Order: sequence, then C-alpha cells, then structure tokens
Amino acid sequence: MDTGLLIEKSVLVLIIFLISLGIAAYQTYFERKLAAWIQDRVGPDRAGPFGILQPIADGVKMFLKEDFIPKDADKWLFIIGPGIAMFTSLITSAIIPWGTDLELFGRTITLQVADFDIGILYLFAVLSISVYGIMIGGWASNNKYSLYGAIRASSQMISYELAMGISAITIIMLSGSLSLTDIVNKQHGMNWNIFYQPICFVVFFICSLAETNRAPFDLPECENELIGGYHTEYSSMKLGLYLFSEYTAMFISSAIIAILFLGGYNFPGMDNFSGNTLAVLSVIVFFIKIFIFIFIFMWIRWTIPRFRFDQLMHLGWKVLIPVAMVNLLITGIVIAINEGWFNEFM
Amino acid sequence: MSLQIISIILGSLTIASALMVVLSKHPIRSVIFLVVTFFFISSLYILMNAQFLAIVNIIVYAGAIMVLFLFVLMLLNLNKTAEPESSLMVKLSSLIAAGGLFLVIIAALKDSILLSKTYAPQNEAIGTVQSLGNLLFSKYVVPFEVSSILFIAAMVGAVLLAKREKQIID
Repeated sequence: MDTGLLIEKSVLVLIIFLISLGIAAYQTYFERKLAAWIQDRVGPDRAGPFGILQPIADGVKMFLKEDFIPKDADKWLFIIGPGIAMFTSLITSAIIPWGTDLELFGRTITLQVADFDIGILYLFAVLSISVYGIMIGGWASNNKYSLYGAIRASSQMISYELAMGISAITIIMLSGSLSLTDIVNKQHGMNWNIFYQPICFVVFFICSLAETNRAPFDLPECENELIGGYHTEYSSMKLGLYLFSEYTAMFISSAIIAILFLGGYNFPGMDNFSGNTLAVLSVIVFFIKIFIFIFIFMWIRWTIPRFRFDQLMHLGWKVLIPVAMVNLLITGIVIAINEGWFNEFM
Repeated sequence: MSLQIISIILGSLTIASALMVVLSKHPIRSVIFLVVTFFFISSLYILMNAQFLAIVNIIVYAGAIMVLFLFVLMLLNLNKTAEPESSLMVKLSSLIAAGGLFLVIIAALKDSILLSKTYAPQNEAIGTVQSLGNLLFSKYVVPFEVSSILFIAAMVGAVLLAKREKQIID
C-alpha cells in the first residue's frame, strides 16, 4: 500500500468534508440574504459586519438547545435518522472530480477521492438510499404529521428518481462512459453537454430540485399543512443535522449538475494554461459554476409557490418521464446514425 | 491474506445482520437490518471485483424494493400489542420447516464450499460494466431480452389492475 496515496486521499477527504460543511453553513446565510433582497428587506445584519457571523450564531444556538426525545418515539431510530440523512448527503462528494491534476511535492495528485468506472451509478445508489434518513426519522417520531412528511418525501423521491435516471442515461450515451472523470473530459473546453441536451438539462434540474426537497417541491416540510413535516418532533442539533443535510445535498447536486451539463472544471481557453495554474483555475471555475446553481436553487425557492401534491405527481410521472424518454430515444437514433448503423439502408 | 480476513469479517457481519432480520421483534427494524444486510452483500461483491453488481444491488434492493417495504409497514401501524400471539403448534411447525430448508441448503452447498477457496478474481476486468455489457448483449442476449419482456408484461399487468379498479369506482 502506498503511504503517500493514503495521506493524500485522507487530506483530500478532510478538505472536501470541511468545504462541504462550510459551504452548507454559509448557504443558510446567503439564502436569508437573498430572500431579504428578493422581498426588499434587510435580512440578518446583527452578528458581525453584514451579519456574516450569523451561521456560527445559529450553530451555537442549535447545539445549546434542549435535546428532546418524545416519550413514545422509537428512540434508537429517532437518533439514527438525522445521522443517515447527513451521511448520505456527504458521501456523494467522494466521486466528484474537483479539478485537473495538481502537482505537489513531486507527486501528481488527482483532485478526486475515488475514480470508479461506475461513478454515476454510485451517485444513483446514494440518491436511492438518501430517502431512509427522512423516512426513518419521520416514522420514529410517532407523530402523524411527521409520518405524512416522511411518506410524501419517499414517494416524491422515488417518482423523480426515474426521470432523473433516464436523463442521466442520455448523458451516459453521449459520453460513452459511466465514470464522471470521463464525462467531464469529454466536455473539454466549451464542448458542454447543455448545448447538445437542453431538454435533458431541464428535466435533470427539475428532478434535482425534487430530490433535495427544495421549493417548489418542499411538500415533505410543507408548514401550513404538516407543521414541520418529517422533522416536527426534532429539536437541537438533530434538527440542525436535518436542515444541514438539505443544504449539503443542494451543494452536492449543484456540483453534479455542473459536471453532467456544464463541463465540470472545463472552461473555454483552458488549453492556454497547464500544470498547477490550470489546476487552481479549474477548481475556481468549477466552484463558480456550483455557486451559480446554488443561486438558481435559492432564486426558484423565493419566486415560485409550492406545488399541490397531485400536481407534483402529475409533473413527475406524466410530464418529465415521457419527455425524458422521448429525448433518450431521439438521442439514441442520432447516435446510431452518426455511428453509421443505417448506412446500408440510405 | 488480508483479503481473506476482510472477507471473513464481512461475511460474519452479513450473517449477523441477516440473523437480526429474523430475531428483531419489530418489523420496521427487521427491514432496516435487511437493508444493512444488502449493504454487506454488496461489499462482498466488491471484494470479488463485481462493482456493477454491487451498485445495482444497492440501487434495486436497498434503494427501491426496501423503500416500498418500509412504505407499506409504516402505513400498517404495527406495534407490539397488535401482533397476534402464535400458538406453540405454529411455532413448532415453523421451526421444523425452517430447519428442513436449512438442511437442504447445507446439503446442496456441501461440495461447493471446498471450491469457494479459489474465488479470487483471476481477471481484473471481469466484473466491470464493459465486460458485463458485452456478455449480456452478445452471448446472453436471448435470456436478457426474454427477461425484459417478462418485466414489461408484469408492468402492463400492474397498470391494468390499477385501471380496472378505477372503472368500478366510477
């Protein structure tokens, strides 16, 4: 076993973990600031200059609140629920290629924790198990509103996974690989998938909104029907973990959208740079793309009203899945023609 | 050597969690232990270099089917008082049936245990998506297509059943 590789990967994991948590914390601040800006208010401005210490104050508040477990709750599952939610939203970051290779101390460091040749399937595996955190937490609370929230969350996630998977298959067909590194490298320069697959992009983006339980798909925590939804009974840092996992998931899914459709760390004119300059620039470009998507996520939340639940199901099953399938079919035919499968008939 | 130790640890954890599925009193906990068991089985697949199989096992079984199980169990509102007391006869007969099945399985696997020592992957690329896809679409294309037709038939059947019920209500 190569010790250097072990150290390098451990450091990378630690950095990604800290960055994810830091970005998730500051997303709460930017979400409030953005909401204030859209609604013509001031927003948080008490803690530090421009309220920039607000996430830290919130975190301390969360930790110091009373940690309450309801009497009839299933104690073991009640505790494990938020943990699963946080865990599943963090582990997706393992397969994300953050930038081109970096050269440090005479070693070539790949800015990616693990390069599977099944990268995108791993992503869908994590997505499909991420529903457990909400389901288990909602059920274990022994509260009907929590249970309604959990059931809504799981049926919504199962429904939108399908359309998401079909639109991802379209991208896999274009790239000819399941590895995220290959998918990114195929989009070298300005050769981004969004220009070839705009419909696929829209479907995937809507599904990501639904998968992260963001507005207008935040039915699981719809407060005027379900109080707090699946986390009604939660308090203290357990509630904090649920809220935090949503923001982490938003960050990670922005990264995934940037990889699949906006070329990840690729940018026009990247051939003019090389070595470490290119690595640093590529990471910066990647994060700019992520922040653009996070902004759009928040912008949508404060602009579009919430769906009704039957409308949500209608959109998922009767609009997004057929659109994604037709798109898949057309892409397949075009690829077959380009490969020359029909040459003998024409 | 270390691979063998890891596989022994993972194997015993798999068996332990599989036992917990049967032994835990609460159905929801059973389902969760079943999910854990699927994860351990996937880790064994990864040890055998079958990454695609491992991840599909998680997506299909742990992700989709078990979520539906949980879904149904949560709506049933099962608790300890609602569970019917089974009589001694039922317990005894289930014990005999399960024991008999166990014996049959042991008898069937008696010879294969010796062979399993050579399971270590000879070819690095044997479990990758590419080699599996090549096999499925060349050598095993007929079984593959037949099983997908079976799936479509089942799906059409489910849709038909759901539709008919609606007409009765109308």
